[in-house]
Amino acid sequence: MPKHIRRLLLLFAVLITLFIIVRQVLIPDSFGQFGHYRGLALEENKAHVARYVGTDICAECHWETMELKTADMHAEISCETCHGPGWKHIEEPEQGQLTIPEGREFCGTCHSRNPARSASLIAQVNLSDHNIETNCSECHNPHAPWN
Amino acid sequence: MEEHTQHLFEMLSQVDGYIYPNELDLQWGILIVLYPYITGLVAGAFILASLERVFKVKVLKPTYHIALLTALSFLLVATLPLVSHLGKPLRAIEIMITPNGTSAMAIFGFIYLWYLMVVLLLELWFDYRRDMVIWAQQMKGFKRFVYRIFTLGVNDLSPKALRWDEKLGYFITIIGIPSAFLLHGYVGFIFGSVKANPWWSTVLMPVIFLFSAMVSGIALVMVVYLIISYIRKMKVDMKCLDMIGRYLLIALILDFSLESLDQIHRIYEAEESFEIISLLMSGQLTYTLLVFQVLLGTIIPLIVLTILQFYKKNIRLRQTLYMVVGFIVLIGIFFMRWNIVIGGQLFSKSFHGFTSFKLQLIGSEGILMAGLWLIIPIFILAFLLWLFPPWKKTEETAY
Repeated sequence: MPKHIRRLLLLFAVLITLFIIVRQVLIPDSFGQFGHYRGLALEENKAHVARYVGTDICAECHWETMELKTADMHAEISCETCHGPGWKHIEEPEQGQLTIPEGREFCGTCHSRNPARSASLIAQVNLSDHNIETNCSECHNPHAPWN
Repeated sequence: MEEHTQHLFEMLSQVDGYIYPNELDLQWGILIVLYPYITGLVAGAFILASLERVFKVKVLKPTYHIALLTALSFLLVATLPLVSHLGKPLRAIEIMITPNGTSAMAIFGFIYLWYLMVVLLLELWFDYRRDMVIWAQQMKGFKRFVYRIFTLGVNDLSPKALRWDEKLGYFITIIGIPSAFLLHGYVGFIFGSVKANPWWSTVLMPVIFLFSAMVSGIALVMVVYLIISYIRKMKVDMKCLDMIGRYLLIALILDFSLESLDQIHRIYEAEESFEIISLLMSGQLTYTLLVFQVLLGTIIPLIVLTILQFYKKNIRLRQTLYMVVGFIVLIGIFFMRWNIVIGGQLFSKSFHGFTSFKLQLIGSEGILMAGLWLIIPIFILAFLLWLFPPWKKTEETAY
């Protein structure tokens, strides 16, 4: 076998070995622990601060609003659906103020008329002719819309 | 929140009929169109080169090395549109380090590597080794340095060593043909195996991709050959050009027949997805499918190439026609990829509606970015032709 072919084979052998070594170095230790992914990723995700705290936490301070809400149509809707994630508000109640949504379009996200949404499941109005000048919350308390 | 709602209304204005929420935005844009386009150019150019070496079509000799270097220039860039589409380029290495055996895309990394390292680079190496040894002794500076590295420090030009080069080079070309089929057939398979999408899911897809690859690769080599001859003021070998034209015609006929077969099959079967697909073809894809792909990219080249089989008089006119045909075929195949990739995402899986696609000019998914990935291989090709000029090869090895 001529010298240049031997050199070529040697080069390929070096490249393949290099690939195997690089692969060994780059694959994280916990890879494949539970499946085709890095096992430690689960731990890392678990360590993240939960941004959505859940209705029960809100109820610890805002129990009056919660009583109102649970008695009406929005009982099943989590506080943070409208007010956004509450984690900052929990840590610093004064600085981390939550948003209070305003405007007809916001309510319209669920309640504007849409033929694809069942009218028996969710109350819908045509935003362009239903009390146009008025904000929804002037007539409906968002926590208890039928109250 | 209000801003979000406004955005939603704006988005909904691009929808016709009923679609699912996750179908509003197209996940795959023009960069994914480039992926099968560029890989196709590579496979097609290589197949043209192998016609000369394996199937002994000696008249194609002037384009042999040009075809191989063109294939290499485009292959080096083939995966980069995908990497830039992902947005996290450093993650691209994961597909090689920890490939998922059940993912079609993961295996493409190895097919690509096989084709690059074992087929194309080795074939060119065996072809150019003798010349590189000679050039390393004649030249100075950068070129000498590069040739020295590429010869691996061996200057053996004995008849025995050259025979080995010749035999191994031939052997690799033979392996190269199924490898080129695999490379681009595999890209077709990636689309053809998406069973949820009736526009893609057909067993003919790998075969259609393969023949359209041949069409685009042959057209590209023809255009590159004409441009190189023009720049270097070399006389164009008309026998070679006519033969490339003939192969382009054959590939076009086969490609057109296969795609027509696919469409006829769809029309006759008229499955539940047929209505939305026929609306897609006559609506959103009117220009890109019927005008660019079928009329400009297929029917006009078919007519012109057929005429050129008989018309042998005015050489200048024939060259111009070949050049124009080459360009419009390249445009046609680009739109064929466009119609598959973009077309397949325009209709809803509910079969009851469409979304629309607006191509951006700038940004990571825009026209400029796509243009960049198409221009870079041309610069690479110019560099490779400067470094490894086929016209300076010694006669004995000028395979």
